[in-house]
Amino acid sequence: MSENEPILKVRNLSVHFNIPTGGIFGGHAVLKAVKDVSFDLHAGETLGIVGESGCGKSTLSRAIIRLIHATGGESMWMGKDILKMSPKELIALRKDIQMIFQDPLASLNPRMTAAQIIGEPLQIHYPEVSKAERTARVAEMMAKVGLTPEMINKYPHEFSGGQCQRIGIARALITRPKLIVCDEAVSALDVSVQAQVINLLMDLQKEFGVSLLFIAHDIAVVRHIAQRIMVLYFGEVVEIGESEQVVMDPQHDYTKKLIASVPVPDPKEEMRRREVRRKLRREAAAAA
Amino acid sequence: MAGLTSRDAILTEYNQQLLNAPKGRSLAQDAVRRLVANKAAVFSIFLLVTILLVVFIAPYFLPWGYSQVDWANIRKPPNFEAGHFMGTDQNGRDMLARTMQGTQMSLVVAGVATLVSVVIGVSYGAIAGYFGGRIDAVMMRFVDIMYALPYILFVIILVVIFGRNPILLFVGIGCLEWLTMARIVRGQTLSLKEREFVEAARASGASPWSIIFRHIVPNLTGPVVIYATLTIPEIIITESFLSYLGLGVQEPQTSLGTLISQGSEVAVALPWMLLGPAVILVAMLIAFTYLGDGLRDALDPKDR
Ligand SMILES: Nc1ncnc2c1ncn2[C@@H]1O[C@H](COP(=O)(O)OP(=O)(O)O)[C@@H](O)[C@H]1O
Ligand SMILES: [Mg+2]
Repeated sequence: MSENEPILKVRNLSVHFNIPTGGIFGGHAVLKAVKDVSFDLHAGETLGIVGESGCGKSTLSRAIIRLIHATGGESMWMGKDILKMSPKELIALRKDIQMIFQDPLASLNPRMTAAQIIGEPLQIHYPEVSKAERTARVAEMMAKVGLTPEMINKYPHEFSGGQCQRIGIARALITRPKLIVCDEAVSALDVSVQAQVINLLMDLQKEFGVSLLFIAHDIAVVRHIAQRIMVLYFGEVVEIGESEQVVMDPQHDYTKKLIASVPVPDPKEEMRRREVRRKLRREAAAAA
Repeated sequence: MAGLTSRDAILTEYNQQLLNAPKGRSLAQDAVRRLVANKAAVFSIFLLVTILLVVFIAPYFLPWGYSQVDWANIRKPPNFEAGHFMGTDQNGRDMLARTMQGTQMSLVVAGVATLVSVVIGVSYGAIAGYFGGRIDAVMMRFVDIMYALPYILFVIILVVIFGRNPILLFVGIGCLEWLTMARIVRGQTLSLKEREFVEAARASGASPWSIIFRHIVPNLTGPVVIYATLTIPEIIITESFLSYLGLGVQEPQTSLGTLISQGSEVAVALPWMLLGPAVILVAMLIAFTYLGDGLRDALDPKDR
């Protein structure tokens, strides 16, 4: 595999859900949550995925790593289709691709201590590592994500939201993965904490060279961390390109709307955006 | 990760420090704290522990054994000189010794049956709920069928198989009692498996078994404990009923249910035969109910 080959190549990925419509004959409608999505991701790169709530971001991210069943397409990880991997290969893959979740507290088992939570992936993938060494690695990782190792025996409900997300990040990093899927990893946090967590992710990315799939509904957040942005609209890719280009010169109307919907502190810029919003509304009214 | 093991010496020292790190407050500890704040529940625990200790220890200090016949005192009211503190029955056996042995038997039987039903019900329900789909449909249909079959038929079959060994009989009853537990646990598992921490475990590569037994089952403690405290008195009553039919505990051994059914036949002539066992049974049932209530409040997920 050459240097410039992407580590992840997604081709024409689709996910359809059967929605039972009731009735005694078991009729169902098909909901196309993800339609024909294709993109590449390179080593060490961050790709942002934006789109409003319900446009299929979570579904797409889970289908890529086969946490849910994809209806069609391919998801090539280092030249091998994840969707066709054997159970054994799949377990090995979980070591290389980790995930960070939206709700920091809900993504941690309330009955486990920070040490058990962060150490679990290590225990799964390196069962030969002694408990002492595992504890030491957990403590080391806690320090890296900005938690004091003295908190190792605490339970999730004793941490703040931001701290819980740091535990989630530590858990994702402990097996030294090559890709981390961050599904709305900061959306549930306070704005000030959001910035801290994003900066932490960027620092850790530099240190470990990990790629990120960074999902958010807020394009302003994604712009800060991602080199490229992919815009999803009703399960379809409407635009993909360099972050600055997508934000400064959006090609698709939906992208324009997403950007215009972000409030900004600069009153002049805000005025301009309000104008864009008005224009978009007028056009929509004219079209209807 | 290989090669790191050479650092073991340093690691051990480091670990020693971490071991001294402050312990966290687990949800279980929180629940215990709330339970201790509940007076009725604490009193119930105190009462149950007292009953438990007394019935298992005191018989060693009584002048009469539970099956020993005192020919000089048959059908006699309490008589302290003869050492019959609660009187004797129609066969001249000491009622206090018999009540203690009966309570012992009822508690052991209820404990064994409840334990069996919890172990089977939790495993079965969690597996059905977690795997879902066809596995779930088949497993739960089996539960429905078991529900529909008459209980007493099973008991008779069990008696035929095991003979009249009360412990084995109640292992068998535990094997029937698990049905409700399995349904409760399955329902809880269906909602637990949608929680993000379960998805996180899957994303980490955890096997289904480790997800079920590390992530789902520990989070079922609340409903399971509450249901178990309600099952214990239920089984004590079932045992009374079976003993009344002559299917449960056999002479000269006895149980609370047997004592009460025998006592109620002669309640007017020999009231001391009914009074003791009845008071203990009622006290235990009330205590278990209050304990169950207290546990429900203490483990209430809304409080988390
Ligand atoms: N398991 C499912 N069954 C049926 N429909 C689903 C399921 N999961 C998601 N959907 C639907 O798919 C669409 C995309 O959802 P999702 O990927 O969660 O969006 P996002 O993460 O962008 O908010 C939504 O309309 C949602 O209702
Ligand atoms: Mg989502």
